Amino acid sequence: MAPSEGIGGGAEVRLHELTKTFGSVAAVRHVSVTVAAGSFFTLLGPSGSGKTTTLMMVAGFTYPTSGEVFVDGKPMAALPPQKRDLGMVFQSYAVFPHLTVFENIAFPLQIRKAPRLETLHRVGEALELVRLTGYEGRLPRQLSGGEQQRVALARALVFRPRVLLMDEPLGALDKKLRAHMQLELKHIQQHLHVTVLYVTHDQEEALTMSDRVAVMQGGRIEQVGSPSELYDAPASRFVADFIGESNFLDGVTVADEGGGRWRCRGAGGVEFSGIGAAALRPGQPITAAVRPEKLVQAGDEGAAALGPHANACKGVVEEAIYVGDVTRYRVSLGADDGALTIKVPNRFAARPLAAGAAIALLWSPDDTRLFPREAA
Amino acid sequence: MKASAERRESLRYLLILLPALLVLAVLFAYPLLGIINRSVYKAGYTLDFYRQIFRVPVYLQVLWATFRVSAVVTLVCLALGYPLAYVLATCRPRTARLLTIIVILPFFTSIIVRTYAWMVLLGRNGIVNQYLMVLGVADTPLPLLYNQAGVVIGMSYVLLPYMVLTVYSVMQGIDPAFVRAAHSLGASRLQAFRRVFLPLSLPGIAAGTLLVFILSLGFFITPALMGGPGDVMIAMLIEREVEITLNWSFASALAVVLLALTLAGFAGYNRIVRLERIFEGRG
Repeated sequence: MAPSEGIGGGAEVRLHELTKTFGSVAAVRHVSVTVAAGSFFTLLGPSGSGKTTTLMMVAGFTYPTSGEVFVDGKPMAALPPQKRDLGMVFQSYAVFPHLTVFENIAFPLQIRKAPRLETLHRVGEALELVRLTGYEGRLPRQLSGGEQQRVALARALVFRPRVLLMDEPLGALDKKLRAHMQLELKHIQQHLHVTVLYVTHDQEEALTMSDRVAVMQGGRIEQVGSPSELYDAPASRFVADFIGESNFLDGVTVADEGGGRWRCRGAGGVEFSGIGAAALRPGQPITAAVRPEKLVQAGDEGAAALGPHANACKGVVEEAIYVGDVTRYRVSLGADDGALTIKVPNRFAARPLAAGAAIALLWSPDDTRLFPREAA
Repeated sequence: MKASAERRESLRYLLILLPALLVLAVLFAYPLLGIINRSVYKAGYTLDFYRQIFRVPVYLQVLWATFRVSAVVTLVCLALGYPLAYVLATCRPRTARLLTIIVILPFFTSIIVRTYAWMVLLGRNGIVNQYLMVLGVADTPLPLLYNQAGVVIGMSYVLLPYMVLTVYSVMQGIDPAFVRAAHSLGASRLQAFRRVFLPLSLPGIAAGTLLVFILSLGFFITPALMGGPGDVMIAMLIEREVEITLNWSFASALAVVLLALTLAGFAGYNRIVRLERIFEGRG
């Protein structure tokens, strides 16, 4: 299964203006994206965002209303799923219950009429890859969920497809096993240089494994980028909210500070600066987003590094929640500005705060994203 | 504590089942024991009736014919019913609902009415023969009635819904992802069907054929009306002993032999089906 044995690793997958409507409902709207050969690409979104429909159109099980899928520049429209040569792992694993592990993994090779010896050899390799050597004779019902998952993966890889499609393959596993499989999947992908198109609603999973992620909502792609781009520079309020955790402050722009930076005033009078995620004009209603871990308590470690131009505000601790590695504080800024959540690592917590304590917060304008907002 | 809770639980189930158990005991178990008793009793206990069955060739011949016709009917039902069940299980839900109603529709009329309807259709001057002659398939009317062909057509028609519904219920439980997975691994439609769908539907085939076969063994009205003088089935012999010769003990003995053979067939079949279960790998 070394990449040199294959046909040169993964293939490029390009979606062009892909659209699918069911009756009057548009499930996927004008999705265009290019997945680089040999990369791990994730379609991330809540249920109903169109991510699975998009994947099914690539697989060939759903026929696009309009638009086209290209694999290495070759249009796929005329090909049924069985002629596309794409590996696929299903949410339910779909390991054939009447066949043994060996027979399951040998299935695509037997369909391709591979010689017996080669089949034996390749199934052995695939089992080794997913670390199930010795399980050949078992039936699926004798396997745990995680083991069935590996069989499904080995079966989808054994015929050396250049693209592997995965539809929420880890959804049914428990948290620990899921984290373990995420790393293992990533390693296998890097080892084989296969292009992976992965679908999940779990943002942590998407960030952990992907080279690039497309965040989908309502059938559209909201943003495409690397995990750090999505986290640090979300393009919309939806992305800021869906990926990780964000504090939101409503306000209006006051003055252009240059370089995409704007001075803003919150509804309750708090003033702060931030970077516009889109072109802004003075007096425009905006929503500002700040990650809880970017907020620093004045006087704490890291506060000095923010410099004299940091955003600052004062508030009152409403609630302190100890969650092990960090303590989360809910800080009220007053009636009109709502509240902010801050995350303080417990190893810094020299002075744990109780509810009702006054607190001063600092954060960098660079960590503040401004999104245009429809005026209420 | 736990044991008493369990006992209370099983007592509750017993109470729920009680009416059905009583009905079965009064209307099924008691008469069955009566039949078994009558088969060895007529003015004193005797095994004469059983001896007669095994000594006079005609009875074993009729039993053999009964099993043979039942087997043919079962195969015809499977050949017609499996594709229909497949369409039901794979078409859109609305179409499936409509087709299911059509499959069940015959149950709303009496079997006698339906059998006479077939006699009208299949007779020498019936619609079927008229069409066959107009289309040039046959020069003279085909003998479709009062022979084994008539019996098989009539019985298959009556029993087809049992096959369709039994197979359909199993097919419905097959996750469509299995067939999709087969396609994604390169299997053509035919390969996906033969290597994945068909093996997964085997429990349905097993249950459907068993049900149709056992129902066929006891069939009476259809072979009596649509068969010829040579197409006697065991149920017809039993009826004759009850109604005409009034030899109820001999009728009982025939019934017990049929029951015993049916149970033996069922036991043998069950072993095969259990093996099936192991390969199927559910549970």
